[in-house]
Amino acid sequence: MSSTVTPHPPRLYRATEHRLAAGVAAGIAEHLGIPVLRVRVAFMVLLGLSGLGLLLYAAFWAVVPPRPGDTAAPPRRDLAQLLPFVVIGLGVLLLQVVAFDSVGAAGTAGWLVAIIAVGAGVIWHQSGPERRRQWGDSAVPWLGAVVEESDRRAFVLRFIGGGVLVAVGIIGVAAVYSPAQNFDAVLNGVIFALVGLAGVGVVTGPVLWRTWTQLRSEREGRIREQERAELAAMVHDQVLHTLALIQRNASDVKTVQRLARGQERSLRNWLYKPAASPTERFAAALEQAAAEVEDTFAITVEAVVVGDRETDERVGALVAATREALVNAARHAGVQTVSLYAEVEPEQVSAFVRDRGKGFDPDTVENHRHGVRGSIIGRMKRHGGRAEIRSEPGEGTEVRLILPISGSGSGSGSTAERDR
Amino acid sequence: MSEQEPVEGAAPRGPLRVFLVDDHAMFRAGVRAELGTRVEVVGEASSVAEAVARIAATQPDVVLLDVHMPDGGGRAVLEAMRRTHPQVKFLALSVSDAAEDVIGLIRAGARGYVTKTISPEELTDAIRRVADGDAVFSPRLAGFVLDAFASRPDAPVADPELDQLTNREREVLRLLARGYAYKEIAKELFISIKTVETHVSNVLRKLQMSNRYELSRWAADRRLV
Repeated sequence: MSSTVTPHPPRLYRATEHRLAAGVAAGIAEHLGIPVLRVRVAFMVLLGLSGLGLLLYAAFWAVVPPRPGDTAAPPRRDLAQLLPFVVIGLGVLLLQVVAFDSVGAAGTAGWLVAIIAVGAGVIWHQSGPERRRQWGDSAVPWLGAVVEESDRRAFVLRFIGGGVLVAVGIIGVAAVYSPAQNFDAVLNGVIFALVGLAGVGVVTGPVLWRTWTQLRSEREGRIREQERAELAAMVHDQVLHTLALIQRNASDVKTVQRLARGQERSLRNWLYKPAASPTERFAAALEQAAAEVEDTFAITVEAVVVGDRETDERVGALVAATREALVNAARHAGVQTVSLYAEVEPEQVSAFVRDRGKGFDPDTVENHRHGVRGSIIGRMKRHGGRAEIRSEPGEGTEVRLILPISGSGSGSGSTAERDR
Repeated sequence: MSEQEPVEGAAPRGPLRVFLVDDHAMFRAGVRAELGTRVEVVGEASSVAEAVARIAATQPDVVLLDVHMPDGGGRAVLEAMRRTHPQVKFLALSVSDAAEDVIGLIRAGARGYVTKTISPEELTDAIRRVADGDAVFSPRLAGFVLDAFASRPDAPVADPELDQLTNREREVLRLLARGYAYKEIAKELFISIKTVETHVSNVLRKLQMSNRYELSRWAADRRLV
C-alpha cells in the first residue's frame, strides 16, 4: 500500500545526465521546455555583459539542487562538446575586451566579482554529499579529502580557500582603484564593502543552506513518524483485535465473516475515504446504514452512491426505507451479497436495493407484512415519494425507492455534490 | 460482478494464458489455487520491472494486475507494456476500490477492474470476458463512471461526441451499478447481450479518451489529487 503523498509541483533541478559543466543549462532548458542550446547560448551572450553569464551560472550552480533520485554517479562530461562552449565564451570575452578597450571601473569590478563567485561556487558546490562521494571515487582523492565535510581540517581549508579568493578580489579592486580623486575613493569604498560582503556571504552561505536543508528534512521525518504512529495505533486498536477474535472464533464461519467484513470496511474508510458526517450527508448516511446491516447480519452490501447532498427529513426517510429494504434482503433472501445503488440527481433522489435470493410473490405476501408496507411503502408515500417492489420467486428482489425533489430544493443536489 | 453464468457464445478453446502481478506472494498463491485448472497461469511477478520483462517473455492473454506496488504500481506496468504489446489485455485486481485507483488504471488502459473479494467463478468469467475483448465493470466502477460523466451544466465540453455518455450507455451503467448481470440488462432494456457488451466497451473507450480537464476537475472536486 503506497502512501498517498501528493506530488510536488515541478521544480527547477540540475540535470545530471545531459550536463556539460554542471547541468544548469540542461536543467533550466528542461524546466522551461526549450532547447538546451538556446540556454547555453544565452549564458554565453550574457558573458559579454561584464561576465554576467558566468555570474548567473555560478549562482544557479550553487543554489539549484541536483534532481533527487539521481543518486547514481552521473555520466562523465563530454569534453569534446564542452570545448566549443569554452571557445565561444573566450570569444565573447575577447570581443568585449576589444570593443571596450578601456574596460573601466565597473567592468573590472564585474570581472573580479565573477572570479570570486566562480571560486566560491566551486568550493560550495563540492561540499554536496553526492559530489564528495564522486570525488572520493575519482582519480584525485586529495580533492575528496579537501571537501570532506566531517573532516574539520577540510572545513578550515575550504574556508581559507574562499577567504583567499575574497581577499584576491578585494586586493584586485584596491589595486585597480588606486585612490586619486575624492569621489573615486568613496565609490571604491562602497565597492570594497560590497565585494567583501559578497565574499563573506558566499563563504558562509553553504553552512546556512545546509542547516536549513537539514532542518527541513528533519521536519519531514517527524511528520512521517507521526503518520506511522497513527497507523500503528489504528492497527493495534482494530486490526490486531479483530484478528485475535477471528482466531478464537475460527470454527464459526458467520462470525469470522462478519468480523472480517467489518474490519475491511473500517480499514478501507480509513485509508481511502474522506470522513463525512452521517447526520449531514446523504451518502455517508446510506453507507452507515449499509455498514450496520453488514455488521448485524454478516452479509456484504455492495454500496454504490453517485452524487451527494445534505440530508433533510425527507431524505432521512429515504435512508430509513433503504435500511429497511436492506434488512429485509439480509433476513429473507438467504444470500451473501446485496446490492445498493443510490443516485442524487437535480430533480430526484433514488435508491435501489437488489438481491438475487429466494424472492417472493408480492401479491400474496404484502397484505400481512408490515415491514414492507409500513416501513418502506408507507414511509415513502408520507414523504411524497414512491416505492416499487419487484420480486419473482427464484429471481430475487429489487426495491426501488424514488423521492422527487421539488424546485424549492434550489438544486441542492448539484451544489452539494461539488463541495463534497 | 455478480454473474454466475458464463457469457453466451464464448467459443470453446484452450485454457486462457494468465499472468499474475502482485507484490504479495500469499495472494498470488491464493489466486493461483483458486483459478486452478480453469485457466493456465503462465507466470507471476512481484515487481514492475519483473512484470515488464516476464510479460514480454511469456506473452499471456490476460494479465491480472495489482494497483498498489512499491515501485510505481500497476499503472507503471500498463504504461510500459501498452505500446509494445497491444495484444495483451489487462484486468486490474486490487484490494483498493478507491475512485482514483479505479479511474487511473482504466484510463491507463486496463480493460476492467475487479476487487480482490471477487469469487473464483466470477474472476474466471471476468478473465474470459476481458480476453474476448469486452470490458468488465463492477457495480462500483459503473458508479464512478456515472459520477465522472455526471452532466454539469457549467462545465465546458470540448468534444461532446467523445466526452458525453449517450442515454443508452447511461442506462446500461445504471443497471450495472444496481447489480444487474449483462443478461438481465439485456432483458430489461429489450436489447441483445451483444449490444450491452458494445455499450459497456464504448463507455470504457470514452473513459480512456475523455478529456483530461474534465476528469482532473472531477478528481479535484473529490480531493483525490
